[in-house]
Amino acid sequence: MNSLHMVSHEVPLVWYLLLSAVLFCLGVVGFLIKRNLITVFMSIELMLNAVNLSFVTFAHQWHQVKGQIFVFFVMMVAAAEAAVGLAIIIAVFRARATLAVDRIDLMKL
Amino acid sequence: MNGPMLYLPLIPLVPFVGFVLNGLLGRRLPKAVVSAIALVAPLISFVIVLHAALLVWSGSLALPVIEQNAPAWISVGSIHVDFGSVLDQLSLVMLLIVTGVGFIIHVYSVGYMHAEEGYWRYFAYLNLFLFFMTVLVQAGNALMMFVGWEGVGLASYLLIGFWFQRDSAANAGKKAFIVNRIGDFGFLIGLFLLLANFGTLTFTEIAARLDANPAATGGVLTAIALCLFVGATGKSAQLPLYVWLPDAMEGPTPVSALIHAATMVTAGVYMVARTHFIFDRSPLALSVVAIVGAATALFAATIGLVQTDIKRVLAYSTVSQLGYMFLGCGVAAYSAAIFHLMTHAFFKALLFLAAGSVIHALGGEQDMRRMGGLRTKIPITFWTMTMAVLAISGFPFMSAFFSKDAILAAAFASGSLGKVLWFVGLVTATLTAFYMFRLWYLTFFGDSRNHGAHPHESPWSMLGPLVILAVLSVGGGWIGARRFGAFLSPSVGTRAEELSGTIEYVMMGLAVAAGFLGWYIAHRMYHRARTADGLAASMPVGHNLLANKYYVDEIYSVAIVKPLLAFSKYVLEWIVDVAILGGLAWLLAGIANLGGAILQRWQSGNLRSYAAWLALGAAVLLVFVLAPYVWGSSAIVFNWAGH
Repeated sequence: MNSLHMVSHEVPLVWYLLLSAVLFCLGVVGFLIKRNLITVFMSIELMLNAVNLSFVTFAHQWHQVKGQIFVFFVMMVAAAEAAVGLAIIIAVFRARATLAVDRIDLMKL
Repeated sequence: MNGPMLYLPLIPLVPFVGFVLNGLLGRRLPKAVVSAIALVAPLISFVIVLHAALLVWSGSLALPVIEQNAPAWISVGSIHVDFGSVLDQLSLVMLLIVTGVGFIIHVYSVGYMHAEEGYWRYFAYLNLFLFFMTVLVQAGNALMMFVGWEGVGLASYLLIGFWFQRDSAANAGKKAFIVNRIGDFGFLIGLFLLLANFGTLTFTEIAARLDANPAATGGVLTAIALCLFVGATGKSAQLPLYVWLPDAMEGPTPVSALIHAATMVTAGVYMVARTHFIFDRSPLALSVVAIVGAATALFAATIGLVQTDIKRVLAYSTVSQLGYMFLGCGVAAYSAAIFHLMTHAFFKALLFLAAGSVIHALGGEQDMRRMGGLRTKIPITFWTMTMAVLAISGFPFMSAFFSKDAILAAAFASGSLGKVLWFVGLVTATLTAFYMFRLWYLTFFGDSRNHGAHPHESPWSMLGPLVILAVLSVGGGWIGARRFGAFLSPSVGTRAEELSGTIEYVMMGLAVAAGFLGWYIAHRMYHRARTADGLAASMPVGHNLLANKYYVDEIYSVAIVKPLLAFSKYVLEWIVDVAILGGLAWLLAGIANLGGAILQRWQSGNLRSYAAWLALGAAVLLVFVLAPYVWGSSAIVFNWAGH
């Protein structure tokens, strides 16, 4: 069976995974602390792509095409999400003249 | 089925269809259509009953007929209750009275109620009453009888409160319903006892069990009989539950005639006769029935002496006559009781309808002190009323002459208690004649004491029924108590004791003399010289006692109604409802509110706080999953299902 130590002649697998984890954490932190809706949105995209990176890594490691296919699905959903999300953002901006997340709180009790 | 088609289930169903049609559509239908529906329904029922009666008469139909044309109603364990219609001698007679007199009174109502706002409502209720009454009479088991029993109570309530805009009418309806509920409670206990001891509610099966066990007397049978009799005292207005019937006169007069004189109030007598095999096994219960009956007869008759409202006189008279019927039942002379029930249905319906005609003529006046001199103004009403007055007073060869005499003779023949009760009955007969002739004189003789009204004779739709009932009141007794008893004997049995001829003629003579005595006193006191007022003034205590109906309503109010209301208000409402139940509800609501107040802080509505919780949750999960690998001894091993 393969193991993590068998691919020493290439960039080690762990580096890809670490990069993926760092990107994901950046996305989470950005999502939590940024106020601008567009930045929040970009943070979500960052998280999605961090996950994509780990998918691709594992697909390469296990010689499985399933991981790659899954990445295409994620990208497709992300594209659709971007289209809808940006449309909503524009609509919100037109209605409220602000994109500060904290101010968009009409549904709050 | 062998034998001719009888269509027995249609007897109740046709009036029910009439009720549904008039009840749902009556408001939109023209009056003629409403009347047509309302009249055709009881007519069809009457024709069906008449057809069966003619078949019996001609000998081509053997009674009893038990029709089982529906599946069982209740079938639980060993208990079976079905919808069967039972036609025997007893129910045939009763059905003839109910549908026949019922139809006549429907016809009368068309004239009497023609100007009423709720014309369609009135006839819908009246048909509903006939439905339940025929269910009651046809019932082959005690539970179906109870259904009809409750149903006629409902119809009675609706019709007493027909003019519900009037407070007094609405209250009278409620009073009737509630007082009847007390009696119904007794009936229900009786049903449960029957079920517990016989395992069945079917009359024929209970009778068969008792026949198979001739030694069974007293004990639980006494309890059952007394419970059933409590029910009968409610429905048939006997002491101590008679108080609702006089108030029931708030309803329209034809209703008083049909429900509160001729048919519904006799249901108790019918029930006792129907379950006579139980009463026969309990001498104690029979004595109670006889004593209550005789006491009620006397008690109500004395109140009737001084009433001034024409309908109230008749109401107390009804209570009194029902007492006679129970006296008959109590001395096991069931056929005599049913015989009196029949003649009473004729003459009392006639009395009420004639009184209605008088009230109609005077534009709604019911107080006899403002009547008088109507003899020539409304001659047909006068003559028919005269027939009824003579009949109820036991005038020779009128209907009650035969039936009342049969009851009194049976009472006299049954032991020393019977002789006392016979004497009470005889005194009551005098009182009956007195108050009826008093009514007769006050209404029709002397000078008119009502100068505002212009009396007019009623339309023929009202006079026709009067004439028919007058003929029946005069001739209804000619069938003879003996022949009637012989006809009924398969249903209610025969009496062992019979009086010898001579004593029977003496009895007859005494009863007639009692009636004439009452007439004579009324004549002296009310015909030209009004000596009654002087007599009343000379005995203020006695007169007040009677005029206020022995203060029974007041006594009930203080002894029962007010304590009950106070208990309901202070204990049930304040303590149980408000404090305990309300407090519990508030407590539960408070707990829920408090929990909500704490948990709602979580739902801040702040998007980033949600996201933070999400991230935190994911991190915690990750720690849980990875902890064994990081701090424990496990090595990370990837397993791939595909390989």
